[in-house]
Formats: sequence, C-alpha cells, structure tokens
Amino acid sequence: MSLLELRAVDKIFGGLHAVRGVSFGVEKGSIFGLIGPNGAGKTTLFNVITGVYTPEHGEIRFAGENIAGLKPAVIAERGVARTFQNIRIFRTMTVAENVMVAGHHLHKASIASAVLRTRAYERDETALAKRAHELLEILGLAELAGEVAGSLPYGSQRRLEIARGLMLSPQLLLLDEPAAGMNSQEARTLNEQIRFLRDQLGLTVILVEHNMAVVMNVCETIHVVDHGETIAQGTPAEIKTHPRVLAAYLGEETPEGADLA
Amino acid sequence: MRALIRIAITGAVLLAILALQLAVQAAFTEYVQRIVLLAGINVILAVGLNLINGTTGQFSIGHAGFMAVGAYGAAFVGVKLATPVHAALGPGVLADALIFNLALLAGALFAGVSGLIVGMPSLRLRGDYLAVVTLGFGEIIRILFNNATFLGSATGYFGDDPSGLPAYTNFFWVFAWAVAIIAVTHNLTFSQTGRSLTAIREDEIAAEAMATPTTRLKVTAFAISAATAGIAGGLFAHMQAGVRPEDFRFEKSIDMIVMIIVGGLGSISGAILGGIFVAVSLELMRDLQQYRLVLYALLLIVIMIVRPEGVLGTRELHHLFRRKKPAPPSPPSATPTEGA
Amino acid sequence: MTQFFQQIINGLSLGSIYALIALGYTMVYGILKLINFAHGEVFMVGAYTGFYAAGALGVAGFEARNQGFPLYLALLVLIIAMAAAALLGMTIEFLAYRPVRSAPRLTPLITAIGVSLFLQNAGMLLFSPNPQRYPAILSEVRFEVFGVIVTNIKLTIFAVALCLMLGLHLFVQKTWTGRAMRALSFNIDAAKLMGIDTNRVIRSTFAIGSGLAAAGGILFGLDQITINPLMGVLTGLKAFVAAVLGGIGSIPGAVVGGLLIGLAEQLTAGYLSPEYRDAITFLILILILLLKPEGLLGIVRVEKV
Repeated sequence: MSLLELRAVDKIFGGLHAVRGVSFGVEKGSIFGLIGPNGAGKTTLFNVITGVYTPEHGEIRFAGENIAGLKPAVIAERGVARTFQNIRIFRTMTVAENVMVAGHHLHKASIASAVLRTRAYERDETALAKRAHELLEILGLAELAGEVAGSLPYGSQRRLEIARGLMLSPQLLLLDEPAAGMNSQEARTLNEQIRFLRDQLGLTVILVEHNMAVVMNVCETIHVVDHGETIAQGTPAEIKTHPRVLAAYLGEETPEGADLA
Repeated sequence: MRALIRIAITGAVLLAILALQLAVQAAFTEYVQRIVLLAGINVILAVGLNLINGTTGQFSIGHAGFMAVGAYGAAFVGVKLATPVHAALGPGVLADALIFNLALLAGALFAGVSGLIVGMPSLRLRGDYLAVVTLGFGEIIRILFNNATFLGSATGYFGDDPSGLPAYTNFFWVFAWAVAIIAVTHNLTFSQTGRSLTAIREDEIAAEAMATPTTRLKVTAFAISAATAGIAGGLFAHMQAGVRPEDFRFEKSIDMIVMIIVGGLGSISGAILGGIFVAVSLELMRDLQQYRLVLYALLLIVIMIVRPEGVLGTRELHHLFRRKKPAPPSPPSATPTEGA
Repeated sequence: MTQFFQQIINGLSLGSIYALIALGYTMVYGILKLINFAHGEVFMVGAYTGFYAAGALGVAGFEARNQGFPLYLALLVLIIAMAAAALLGMTIEFLAYRPVRSAPRLTPLITAIGVSLFLQNAGMLLFSPNPQRYPAILSEVRFEVFGVIVTNIKLTIFAVALCLMLGLHLFVQKTWTGRAMRALSFNIDAAKLMGIDTNRVIRSTFAIGSGLAAAGGILFGLDQITINPLMGVLTGLKAFVAAVLGGIGSIPGAVVGGLLIGLAEQLTAGYLSPEYRDAITFLILILILLLKPEGLLGIVRVEKV
C-alpha cells in the first residue's frame, strides 16, 4: 500500500520546467531514496510534496487523499514531516523549545488559557515538555536541551531538525540531504539512525541524498531524476549500474564496468 | 483555591500601585508626575509593539495609527457614556472609574479591529514591504481622522464639555493597565503561542513545516498589539484636553520603534526600559529643544551601527541573573544514535 | 474638458519630478534591497542648494531689474545643486549604510529612518523652519493652448526630466559602470566574485540618484514656489510609492510610476478634493502592495526554500 503517491507532477517556475511528469509510489514502512545530479529537481519535489509549492499539474496522494496545493501547515498536521537542505532550526530558541514548537497537536489550550495560566494549560505544557524530552533522548540531544540551538555543532543541528520533525508524530519523514558534510563514520551512524526511525518508530522515510554510501546502503527503492524528469527507479543494485543513471552522473562517455557506489 | 490566591495577589498589587500613586503625588512636582505618566504610557506602547515587531518579527512602523484609533474611540465613548452612567451611579470616583475603563476597553476594541483590518491583507508581505504598508495605513488613518468632521477634524476632539475631555488619567490607572498588559504579554510570550510566534520570527517557512498556523498567529499578534496601542491612546487622550490628529504622526510611530530598539527587540524587559528611556530622554532634551530631534535621530543611527540588538537583545532581565549551566558530561555510548 | 487637460499637464509635470526622485529609490533598492528613507531629504537639500546658489549668483539682482536670470547661470545652479546632493548621498552611504550593509534587513531600514529624521531636523536648524520663496531662476511665461495654461516652467520640467532620464538610460546601457550597476542588481555576490568593485559602483549609484533628486528639487521649487525643510518627507514618500508602483528596482518602472502618481494626485485634487491628494498616494501604495507587490514593470521573485 502506497503511503505517498505522486502522479504526473509538474512544477514550472516562469520559464523553468523544474519537475516534469514525475510519478512514483512510496510503500508504507519503506526507506525510499530520491537521487539525481545537482539541479535535478529533488528539493523542488520535496517542496511540492510538503506544500511549499503548488504543482501545475498532477496529484500527490498521501494516505489516499490528494494533498497537492494544500498549505504546508495543513500537510504537516496530516503527518508529513521534513528536514531542510540548508538547516532551518530556530536559532535563538533552546533545543527543547525548538522541538516543542512542533507540538501543536498536543497543545489544545487556547491563547486565553495561556494568558490566564489555567490548569489545563499547564497540563498541556508539561505533556509537551515531556514528549520533547523523549524525542531528544532518542536523538541523543537530551543533555543539550537547554542550550541555544544556534550554538550547536552542525551534526547536532541536523539531529535537532529530525527530533523537531518527529514531534509532529508523522507517518512520513522527508530527509533532505541529511548526510551533507558528514565523514564516512558519521554516515554509517546516520544509516543506523534512519533504520532505527523506520524499525522502532514505524516511520516511512524518503531520503534526498548525494552520499552514495548512505543511499545504496539504507534505501530499499531508489528513484532517479535528472532535469526534472524520472530516468530510473529500482533497487540499489539495479540503479548502481543503470546506464542512464551513470550517464546523468558521470557523463556520456562512461567506461565499462563503472558503477555509482 | 488557586483562583482565590490569584485574586488576592491581584488585590495586593492594586493596593501597592495605589500606595505608589500617593507616594509619587506627594514626592514629585506636577512636571515630574507628567513624565512618570508618559513613561507608563510608553511602557504600554513599547510592550505591545514588541509583541509583533520583536517577538514575531513582523515589522510595523505605522502603529501610531492604532494609538489614534484607541484615543479617539476611548474619548468618544467616554463622552457618550458619561451622562447615562452618572445618571445611574451619581457623580464620583466609582462612576468615573467605570466610564474610564469602559471607554478604554472600547478604544482597545476599535484599535484591535483596525489591527485586524490592516493586518489580514498586509501580513502576507515580508520585511520592508510590510513596514511600508503599515506606514501607509498609519498615515491613512491619521488623514481620515484629520478629515472627520464629527471628531473635530484637524482641530481635534474635545468632547461635549467646553473645558475638554475629563482628566481621568492618573498614576493608578496608567500603572494598573501597564502591569496588566505586561502580565498578559509575558504569559503569552512564555507559552506555546509565544514559542510559535518566535518560531515565525526565526524562520517562517520552517515554522509552517512544523504545522504552525502562521497567518492566524501573525494576525492575532498584530491585533493584540494594536489593541494595546489603543489602550495607551485612550490613556493619553485623557491626559490632554482633547485628541488631535497631529499627536499621531509618523514621528510617534518612530518614538515607539526607538523604545523597543533601545531596549532590545524581542525583550519585554527591554521594552519597559526603552519606554521609560524615551519618555525621560525626550524631557531631558527639552532644554536642548531645538537640537532634541537631531540628537534623537543621531542616537538611532549610532545604536544601529554600534549595538543594533539594544541593551538586552532578545533576553529578559531575569536571564542575566540566571546561573550558567554546568557543561554536560561526555555522553556514554548507549543508543545507536551516539557517535555523530 | 479643458479642466481635464489642465490637470493632465499639471499631473505630468509633477509626475516628472516624482520620477526623478523615484529613480534614486529604485536604483538603490535594486542593488542593496534598502529603502533609502533619507532620499527625500537629499531632494530637499538639492532644492535648498539651488536656492542658496542662485542667491549667491545674484538672482535677486536680476529679479529687481526685471531681467531674466541668464541661462548659463541657471545651468550652473543646477550643476552645483546636483553635485552637492551627489556628495551628500555618497557621504550618507559611506557613514550610515555601509557599516550595516551585512546586517539583517531591519537594521539598515531603521538606520535609514534615522538618517532621514536627522537631515530633516538639521535642515530646520540650518535653513530656518519657515518656508522660503524660491528664486526666479526662470521667469514665468504663460502660454495658452486650447484653453489650457502651460508655462515655460512646466515645459522646462518636462525638458530637464526627459534629458536626465535619457542620460541615465544611456549611462546604464552603454557605460561600464552602468552595466556594473545592472549586474549588482541581479546578484551582488556574483558581481563581487567577477571582480567588480562593488563599493565604487554603489557609491556611484547613490551619487547619480542623489543628483537626479536634486534636479527634481530645483524643478519642484520653480513649480511650487515655496520650499521648506520638511518638503522631502511627503514628496519623498510619494516618489517612493511611485518607485514601488512601477516596480522597485526597475528604472523604466520608476518613470512610469512617477508619472502615474503625479496624474493620480492632480486628478484627485481636481475632481475629488484637495484634502485627499496625499491620501490617494497611500491608497495606491496599499493597493499595489496587496495586489501586485512586484509593481507594474517589476519581476516576481520566488523565494528559494
């Protein structure tokens, strides 16, 4: 059963046809990779799925319903969380506060009750803080809870973005280049973390990534785009040696026996 | 039980303010008392503006317009209510208090609604475009009042009494309202709502991606901020004989901005400090009357170049007294997420 | 009907002045993404420099003798005023804007407001807060064309504005600095990487914009007869709205916007009420920002996420 399904999605910016007729399905509980050379349209696809952009044509079905054109906040509330290519944490807020911001569905109290500090309000706050702390524990950030987010090292900031996304209690998690700037040791750890998120938290994960060590290792299905179009989909083994994929990454004159990993 | 404690605390605070009023009236000259009142009104303006400009990061530079709406609204309602209330309750402190506070609330309501009207279309815009649109709205509001014959046009609104508007404003009311507004703003800022507003300031796109209802929150903060400016306007109106459009020109909006910038954009304590600072410094510079505004403008430029975050930045006064957290011990490797 | 054409003529001449000022706003915003609030004050200083320069060159004497002020002296006044304004513009850029160039957008905005306030009040101290009558650098000659009154001053405004705008157009298209200005307005970082001395180009932009505003100031003085130190506030704001209307960052946009605002103002004053002549500009500002924020000739920018 596809948790997420794109059907013939087009995204056009003025003269630029950034995404052309892209279709794919992501099975519930799978780890799905989205790769392609720079400028291929991967992040644009993420932005279309999460509602930052509205596609000109096509459908985006999440849990059976078309979410194309809905606002980002609505889509997030339905269970789609994401991280950003250029980390977008709330720099002046603490680590814990960053995660708590995403806890709207846990916080039913109104503005008036916040002002009056009713008992209901304080119950919600406690629940929120508790849940945030749990997620920080999972991502190994619990000791940094009171630190200002902007002062964290890069890797910790990336993990914070994931913790924040998890606060939404999502079904689908979109990770945009989570391995950027990591060395091979860190990348291996990232693979474990992604599997943990799927195995222990029941998430479906879509990964945009350039680091092939991560992609080939952890993804079950890989979808390749170039210049906005789909050029291949398959298992890592199939994609690694796929001629069109190699041509896109390495150029037309690809030597015999080359592969992408 | 909890409610009782809260009522008791409120009562105690009000008594304290009353005591303070008696002390101020005894100790200071009329001249100084007026400055104290203006400082209090400034504090309300600054704390309210800080909610939208500082905490939420949506820059409004036309807020004098909302102050005007509150001033005219409160003055008008106060004048119209005077007769029926005095008929029911007789003359005296109780009747005056009732009229005044109802008038202030009316002014706040009008101001809040105009905040909604301005905010809803404008808050789609970002950064300097939003600033300019709010400037435009502020000017339009002033021009409308300038041409409203039933409110006295350019001459101003002095009510039905030839001696002008009743002088309801005194230390007690200014500071009671100031304390109330500070408490409300504080509770709002340090709550999930406040966190969401700050998130909007820090990164609106990320906030949206985290299911924050950004438009609704921005407009709400804007309306609340307009309403507080309305309260300040109502208080200001009843210190003067009448309400005139020229009290609410762009310069007034600039005053408000200077208050929150000097104190630190995003800090409630900063706004309080800034409000007091502006009232006091404008008076101190009164001797240098001619040079007053030149110096003021220079101050603004210098602050922007040298210390744009103001005195407190986004921190509150009580943060400065917080003990430094001890450095975390190096984490033992237990979960699969360690090691990065 | 003649009333209508009269308003059109008046509106277009006022609009030409707005266009000259708007060009300065649009060029600076195009490159620095900064609303130069102080630009209206540069316009004011230009007008006053013209006032004092004409005085120094003996305009009063010519007036007393009922002689026309010689053309070469009038041109000299214009040049002096434009040069003085250019100098002022560059100084403001260097002292107030350059130190905050890399700060978050809000800081330069507030700095600009500060500079504007400073110059307004300094002007009131230096130039006297009372309105002054503008000297007859041009003595007024009236023509009547099909019942519409046209003066040589209006014609001069059109002529001067047209020449300056053409000059600017040629400059921006043909000269190296002009091309560099366009490059910076597209992508300032890329321009820097291409080895362009961005500081020099920015300085030039301020200088040119200020010079144009000064010309506008003198023309304004000739047309409106009185000047005062706060003249830059409202006129500057209207010119800014003109720049936004046309599409901020677009030079042709500034011209179109200026003319449209001038026309709107005149027609409102003539047919609705003089009370609302200022309000119409604010109304246009709000409408354009809410309906088409990139302006009539501007380009839509998509934010990269």
